[in-house]
Amino acid sequence: MNRFLSSPWTKVAVFLLSLVPLGVLLWLGYQASASDDPTQYVTANPVEYITHYTGDWTIRFICFTLCITPLRMLLNRPQITRFRRMLGLFAFFYGCLHFTVWVVLDPRQNTISAIWEDIVKRRYITVGMLALLAMLPLAITSTAGWVRRLGFKRWKQLHRLIYLTAIAAVIHYWWLVKSDIRLPLMYAAIVTVLLGYRLIVWMRERRRKTAVRTSQPTVSAN
Amino acid sequence: MLIRKPADLHYSDVTPREVYLNRRRFIGAGAATLGALALPSSALATAKINGLVQTGPYHNLGNEKPSPKATVTSYNNYYEFGTGKEDPSQNAPKWKVPAEWPIRIEGEVMQPKTLSLDQVMKLAPAEERIYRLRCVERWSVVVPWIGFSLSTLLKQVQPTGKAKYVAFETYFDPKAMLSPREAGIPFPYVEGLRLDEAMHPLTLLSFGMYGETLPNQDGAPVRIVVPWKYGYKSIKSITRIRFVEKQPPTDWGIYSDREYGFYSNVNPEVDHPRWSQKEEQRLGSGFLGQGTRMATVKFNGYGAQVASLYSGMDLAKFH
Repeated sequence: MNRFLSSPWTKVAVFLLSLVPLGVLLWLGYQASASDDPTQYVTANPVEYITHYTGDWTIRFICFTLCITPLRMLLNRPQITRFRRMLGLFAFFYGCLHFTVWVVLDPRQNTISAIWEDIVKRRYITVGMLALLAMLPLAITSTAGWVRRLGFKRWKQLHRLIYLTAIAAVIHYWWLVKSDIRLPLMYAAIVTVLLGYRLIVWMRERRRKTAVRTSQPTVSAN
Repeated sequence: MLIRKPADLHYSDVTPREVYLNRRRFIGAGAATLGALALPSSALATAKINGLVQTGPYHNLGNEKPSPKATVTSYNNYYEFGTGKEDPSQNAPKWKVPAEWPIRIEGEVMQPKTLSLDQVMKLAPAEERIYRLRCVERWSVVVPWIGFSLSTLLKQVQPTGKAKYVAFETYFDPKAMLSPREAGIPFPYVEGLRLDEAMHPLTLLSFGMYGETLPNQDGAPVRIVVPWKYGYKSIKSITRIRFVEKQPPTDWGIYSDREYGFYSNVNPEVDHPRWSQKEEQRLGSGFLGQGTRMATVKFNGYGAQVASLYSGMDLAKFH
């Protein structure tokens, strides 16, 4: 298991797997453009389909990224952390695709002012933009060089912005559906569990620390 | 103007699509098997409608080319059969439209009436009407509906002086359909129109499209089409029509009156709270052969016919 997790090939495999959703989308687009009945590939509304498709994969990769730390702790396999940066960058990548498709293809005038109006006026877009923008500094500082420059502690604090992204992404999804909230609810549950786990770990840690601190005087009194 | 006598047509004795398809089915046995597999199951449930009137003042007001049938029958909002756009075309064909389909007309009328679908279809010749349909979600299609003006049916009863609105109700079968909890909106689905809107000749009672009876996902066996309003006003699979005094509740209006008002006229000047309504995606052409972006027109382009219904009204307030 450890050898599998530390192998450079596993990283290559995860990279290629992460590209599969994009590959499938390109394949669907190609099939649709060549078919008499494109609806069976990209539905009758390809713009909406591609927008939702890229959005779905963004929130999934956000969840995958958030899975790394709990998995590492529960399985006690520090090697798992090797995949975190890549998954996070794929979340950002699909997020950027999602944003680009929305900017270019959404039925709206393609002027800066119309796009800006949508961002500030439509709260689900505002919060979606927030989710994406919060990932930007994380993508930039994802290199080893930046960890060194910032110092690990500060770098780690900065990268907690992903929690904000996850929460904002769920709200974005929740606010944009019409009435059937089952899917956003599912993601809300997943994110709650993933962030809740961290909260519990953090609280335990704090209790342990205070316990150590309060027990110290007794130790020294001995 | 061509006036024809009502088509002698029964919903129950139209040629089943399966039968007439067989006439031109593939020659090779293997190909036939493949062909049958490839046919969407929904296609089997529809039947050809004969004696269609393709003239008349409302046949094709906008000189539009109908959207591909695959578009109109695979992309639907019919929450009873699922909230995804493809769900209804997957789930609705499994539902069997009851053989008996009585339509009750009641409320503020001198004499309530119940007509069978066969009786209703004999009231007037089946006309083809090529209408644009603009969804509140900013997509649109062009549909060659079959039916006649709803007013023809409504005139079968005499409304009392109190009747100011007409309320409609969709069939609801909890065993075959989503629960209101799953869909997030109340069922049975209800809609309503002002009396003058319901009596307007453009308001269509439809029982077919593309030369055939309606596929289940498009509102079989009979529905209303109001081409100048957002799609959800065009209520599907109706079983009950009520003349009422007060503005009736509407399904999406119950969910959110702010987002889905009673009038819901197509109007690029009035934004939906969550998106602009200035543009729309016309499905079935353009990008990937599937869509062209275009400017949305007030009253969906039927202003010449219907704008007078709303003269003096603040359409932003009464959205």
